[in-house]
Amino acid sequence: MLTAIDMERFNAALAPSAAALESMNAKISVRDFDFFYGSAKVLHGITLDIPDRQVTALIGPSGCGKSTFIRSINRMNDIIPNARAKGTISIDGRAIYSSDTDVVSLRRRVGMVFQRSNPFPKSIYDNIAYGLRIGGMRNRRELNNVVERSLIRAALWDEVKDRLNESAFALSGGQQQRLCIARALAVDPEVLLMDEPASALDPIATTKIEELIWDLKVNYTIVIVTHNMQQAARVSDRTAFFMLGRLVEYADTKTIFMNPKEKMTEDYVTGRFG
Amino acid sequence: MQRHFDRDIEDLKDLLLRMGAMVEDAITQSIRALLERDTPLAEEVIGNDSRIDQMELEIDRLTLELIAKMQPAAVDLRFVAAIMKITPELERIADLAQDVCERVIELNREPPLKPMVAIPHLAQDAQTMVRQALDAFVRGDATLARQVIKQDDVVDQQTEQSFRELLTYMLEDPRNISRAIRLTFIGKYFERMADGATNICEMVVYLVEGKMIKHTPVTQNP
Repeated sequence: MLTAIDMERFNAALAPSAAALESMNAKISVRDFDFFYGSAKVLHGITLDIPDRQVTALIGPSGCGKSTFIRSINRMNDIIPNARAKGTISIDGRAIYSSDTDVVSLRRRVGMVFQRSNPFPKSIYDNIAYGLRIGGMRNRRELNNVVERSLIRAALWDEVKDRLNESAFALSGGQQQRLCIARALAVDPEVLLMDEPASALDPIATTKIEELIWDLKVNYTIVIVTHNMQQAARVSDRTAFFMLGRLVEYADTKTIFMNPKEKMTEDYVTGRFG
Repeated sequence: MQRHFDRDIEDLKDLLLRMGAMVEDAITQSIRALLERDTPLAEEVIGNDSRIDQMELEIDRLTLELIAKMQPAAVDLRFVAAIMKITPELERIADLAQDVCERVIELNREPPLKPMVAIPHLAQDAQTMVRQALDAFVRGDATLARQVIKQDDVVDQQTEQSFRELLTYMLEDPRNISRAIRLTFIGKYFERMADGATNICEMVVYLVEGKMIKHTPVTQNP
């Protein structure tokens, strides 16, 4: 039988109070954000706050704009010709699209992991040391420390500590993906963007990545794009549902998966779309 | 888009309705056995109960399979949760009909006590509540579900009234006591059936609106 406390928890899970949402400490604030590829508008007036040290999942059908959105957070879209942004995205209150933003340092603060793991054709060690050396770190001991710390944080250290000089390509797909996460962590980012980080991995490697996400959120703000609905339900604290370039619903993950407010969200999470 | 899952849900719903129909039959027959003092009919109801138990097991099996295979979300999840909560309620209601019949068989070994007044009303109302609870589930009708929940207070009053009526018989003549107590039990069984209907209706509201209204006063659930 459910106790009164269980019921309280249950009801709280169904409907997060307005106060809880307001008290949410926003790391990333997005206001009326539009994005264009040439004349095509692919994001329409996105407004949301992404909380600090939590996992926020972006879900939605292919072409809904979620990948464009996540790439907007570290201005990865800048490299696409004719791409243009309107509105604001701020990290810790500073607008990242303002003219005085140093994009290189932005990308150091906002790391990214992609769907296909993309290690450099170098040793495991050098994959992680690369960004540090570019950043000016030369001291061998210092490099060793950061490499070790990054690999530990990415839950890969125990598997590779005896073969740091082997090629990164000798690792399995799941290990390569964790190596890319370690590489992103090496430069000490505050935000970690993950664009379908586990979609090319087998279930065991996927579980490892998901466990890692759980551990990482203690120190990092994580935004993850995923097509795997159960994955979003498992790893995220909040979920944003995108559709045709618009943010349809953004709420506590439990609300999205148990009792969404919008019919469109419900149709999507129950697979009724078509 | 029609999903494979929708077919599974329809199958599950059909099964639950078949179980519901059997439970309704059990209630109807238990009332008839009581009013007409029909021992063979009471025995029949008792004999049929294992079929209802089997259906409960079958529904449990299918529901768990559906969770394992489909990992339902949102309204699908609430539907599966509702089924898992409603099925045992139905099974318990059937057990109560069986209990009524057991008391009927005992009562029929003695001459009738007095013409009953309160219990038949109580029984009819409890039966109606169970039927309406199932209707509310089938139609996804939260308004009807809330009406049924309100009806529970009326049934509680009728139970109290039947108890007072039977108490007067007991005070009148100690030889009435054993029969009057059996009838008091019967009144309580019907009252518990109405409680079961109320629980079903609470799950219907959860299914439709995502709101858990259980253990909250009726006045807070407009």
